[in-house]
Amino acid sequence: MKRYLLKRLAMSIVTLWAVITITFILMHSVPGNPFAAESKMPKVVYENLQKKYGLDKPLTEQYFIYLGNLLKGDLGDSMKSRVETVNDMIERGFPVSARLGVQALLIAICFGPALGAFAALYQNKLPDYISMIIAIIGISVPSFIMGTVLIQFVARNVDWLPIGGWGEFKHTILPSFAMALMPMATMARLMRSSMLEVLGQDYIKTAKSKGITRAAVILKHAVRNAILPVISVLGTTISNLLVGSFVIEKIFGIPGLGMFFVKSINNRDYTLIMGTTIFYAAILITMLLLVDIAYMFIDPRIKLTKEGR
Amino acid sequence: MKTEIQLTKDMFEKADLSNRDADKIRRPSIKYWPDVWRRLKQNKLAMIGLIIIIAMLIMSIIGTNINGFEYYEQDYSKINVHPNSEHWFGTDELGRDLFSRTWLGARYSLIIGVLAAAIDFIIGVLYGGIAGMATRKVDAIMMRIAEVIYSVPYLLVVILLSVVFSSAGAGTSMFVMILAMSLTGWVPMAILVRGQVLQLKEAEYSLAAESLGATKGWILKKHIIPNTLGPILVNITLTIPRAIFSEATLGFLGLGLQPPKSSLGTLANEGLAGMTVGNSYQIVIPALFISLIMFAFNVLGDGLRDALDPRLRK
Amino acid sequence: MEKVLEVKDLAVSFKTFFGEVEAVRKISFDVGKKETVAIVGESGCGKSVTANSIMKLLPMPPAFYKGGEILFNGEDIIKKTEKEMQEIRGNQISMVFQDPMTSLNPTMKIGKQIVEGIIKHQGLSKEEARKKAIEMLELVSVPQPEKRINQYPHEFSGGMRQRVMIALAMVSNPKLLIADEPTTALDVTVQAQILDLMKKLQEKLDMSIIIITHDLGVVADMSDKVIVMYAGQIVEQGLADEIFKNPKHPYTQKLLASVPRLDMDRKESIHYIEGTPPDLYIPPKGCPFYDRCDFAMKVCKDNMPDAENHSKSHYSRCWLNHPYAKAANEGSEK
Repeated sequence: MKRYLLKRLAMSIVTLWAVITITFILMHSVPGNPFAAESKMPKVVYENLQKKYGLDKPLTEQYFIYLGNLLKGDLGDSMKSRVETVNDMIERGFPVSARLGVQALLIAICFGPALGAFAALYQNKLPDYISMIIAIIGISVPSFIMGTVLIQFVARNVDWLPIGGWGEFKHTILPSFAMALMPMATMARLMRSSMLEVLGQDYIKTAKSKGITRAAVILKHAVRNAILPVISVLGTTISNLLVGSFVIEKIFGIPGLGMFFVKSINNRDYTLIMGTTIFYAAILITMLLLVDIAYMFIDPRIKLTKEGR
Repeated sequence: MKTEIQLTKDMFEKADLSNRDADKIRRPSIKYWPDVWRRLKQNKLAMIGLIIIIAMLIMSIIGTNINGFEYYEQDYSKINVHPNSEHWFGTDELGRDLFSRTWLGARYSLIIGVLAAAIDFIIGVLYGGIAGMATRKVDAIMMRIAEVIYSVPYLLVVILLSVVFSSAGAGTSMFVMILAMSLTGWVPMAILVRGQVLQLKEAEYSLAAESLGATKGWILKKHIIPNTLGPILVNITLTIPRAIFSEATLGFLGLGLQPPKSSLGTLANEGLAGMTVGNSYQIVIPALFISLIMFAFNVLGDGLRDALDPRLRK
Repeated sequence: MEKVLEVKDLAVSFKTFFGEVEAVRKISFDVGKKETVAIVGESGCGKSVTANSIMKLLPMPPAFYKGGEILFNGEDIIKKTEKEMQEIRGNQISMVFQDPMTSLNPTMKIGKQIVEGIIKHQGLSKEEARKKAIEMLELVSVPQPEKRINQYPHEFSGGMRQRVMIALAMVSNPKLLIADEPTTALDVTVQAQILDLMKKLQEKLDMSIIIITHDLGVVADMSDKVIVMYAGQIVEQGLADEIFKNPKHPYTQKLLASVPRLDMDRKESIHYIEGTPPDLYIPPKGCPFYDRCDFAMKVCKDNMPDAENHSKSHYSRCWLNHPYAKAANEGSEK
């Protein structure tokens, strides 16, 4: 198991390095120079700026300097903001995004698998159809549409729900819900099919033959096994939530990392784009790693099979 | 239980054994694909999806020319007109007809979805097929690479590439968008194909074929591909909505196609501004279309998966 | 002998897309106290459906009881509610399944899987139930039960898992144990151990056993009474001796002939029964074995023979038992 863990950790680091390198190359292959928009800039200022961001040095040198700074946890200065570094912006935006993300994830985890299990237990009956209609709508309606619909039809009609902004708990309700819908639906669908599969397994029959109650058969035997595949995609779910956060923060005007990211793209603030991309990637890769490790502890079979390989 | 027949001695003569049918199958035999189609047809939701897709395809081809307004035509005397008998979906803030623009958007969204799925398919089948047929060492290396690529956050790459190319002055063209999506999008297909190939490579019928002297290429073509087709088909059907979703998200973030071209995502982005000033139809219509297309492909994909699953055969 | 189970005219069908599949067609048999009854036949002949219908474990729908009754302690199982069945399952009737690799919950510790039934039926505390579970593992000869109880199924070999399954079935001293192909998935050497274990436990606990198998070796080893099923019907039934020494139905004869023996001549090929059993989607009107029978007569095609008793305990359903057939055969031999 230790070997697998180390291998998995090494893979994650390689992936992160790949992302950093790709991002660096992409950002430095943009034609023209980052200050082109301010073309009326005096030559001296321009040269100073070049120096400040190290752009006068050869590309390979720049790359290693950047890597070195990253190791120190320094993501560099913003090219557009004169007062805040990239680190400052992330520090400001990330707690906001994280709170939204965690809330949405909680909603999705609480309702998604339950909905799917429920549907499987009543396969081809009314509860199944209702749950699956909710799930189909969930995966068919992108979160930005869900967000606008919620603003238009809920927030405008319910006085105490704000249509946007940030600060209190009430500001988080609608965006969390809009973000949660798609992952919830995905989990519900996955849970349904895995539950159907598990319900057909021999050990469910064994459990029934012991004479324990239906509730015990379902909760202790069926759900416990059926939820495993749902957990294994949790990493991807978190990644989807993240993408959702870009658009949701834009719609609801929430000052999170997603909003910074979108702004940095529109401003062509290359260091900020690079910084946030790498930060996001690092979080995602960590999440995938954590989910994998957690899965190993939840599924007793993994320890042996993975080691065997 | 009493047998109510008159027994005669001649009934106990040896029966004519020539026309016995010990191996006759009494159940009507069913061929694979017609049976898949039959079960797909029984799935009402999947059929609704198929009909929506066909209708969308037709309308995205002819829809831009129906009501006499070109998608790029600006009419400043008629800006933000709500849907009426002349402009069926209303007009935008530049006075462009939204009916034509919506169908143009649907056209681009569908093209992007289908092309992205097609490229994923080609790369995925080639990569996965090669990895599956190759030696274990090569296979392991290829899969590690695929795993690394796959854990690179998908949309981040798409956004980055869009930024690079649109800064290059090219605007985010359809080509860039598809390229960006395919960069990481092929991995699930490759993993799927490799898994199937590995599974089938060891299956008895390909062993049988190999023992009869068939080459690897022959086995791949005659045995492996036909058996892998089902899961691949499902994967494609579910890749299309994902690509359309990504495109819509990009468009919504302002990284989509450049006007006067439109996709459903850029229309929704433009509509978001309209919503805040009371022209919510400008976002409701593209939103509805995106959702409809996503819905249609998802239910069709689900239906196909169910219809192809041999365990569900009744 | 005191009867534990009486099955009378039991008929079970499945609803499918094409129509009704009659898996079990009016079978009757009974199981006495401490008796071992073997049900043999090819796959698809209805033996497993019979076993599962006694426990009411068939998926309903598509399965449904079409007729007959299953009397256990004189009460009809078919009429029992799910709640009432829960009191019977694992308590009075237990079951051991074919594949020990898939019959245990992979994510639950062995101990917990055994304890579940104990707590349900005996109302013991967790600690007492754990002790009892260890006792049960000892009973089925699982070494180091205190340690094993905290392990997961994948840490057990196939034979050990089947022992666990048996322990699990035995926790409440059931009156009847149904073993559905308990040794089919196991190595030959392990098979014998498991059968031995079942016999020992039967002695100790005074229970009756229904063993479902297609392996006649198992039958010879274990059973008092043998039921031969074909196409959802019982074609022959008798004491083990009667079936092995004096098989009457051509199907039984062929089944016995198809067992390879060590004393067989090397040149002699292994016998097998040509063809496959009929599909029960449209069961044949006459004898279902007609298509594969060496002795098929004209009468067999469209008429199902009644049971003919050869002794008090032995009967078969075959037209060859009819006096006319004997006459015709003698005639042709002359």
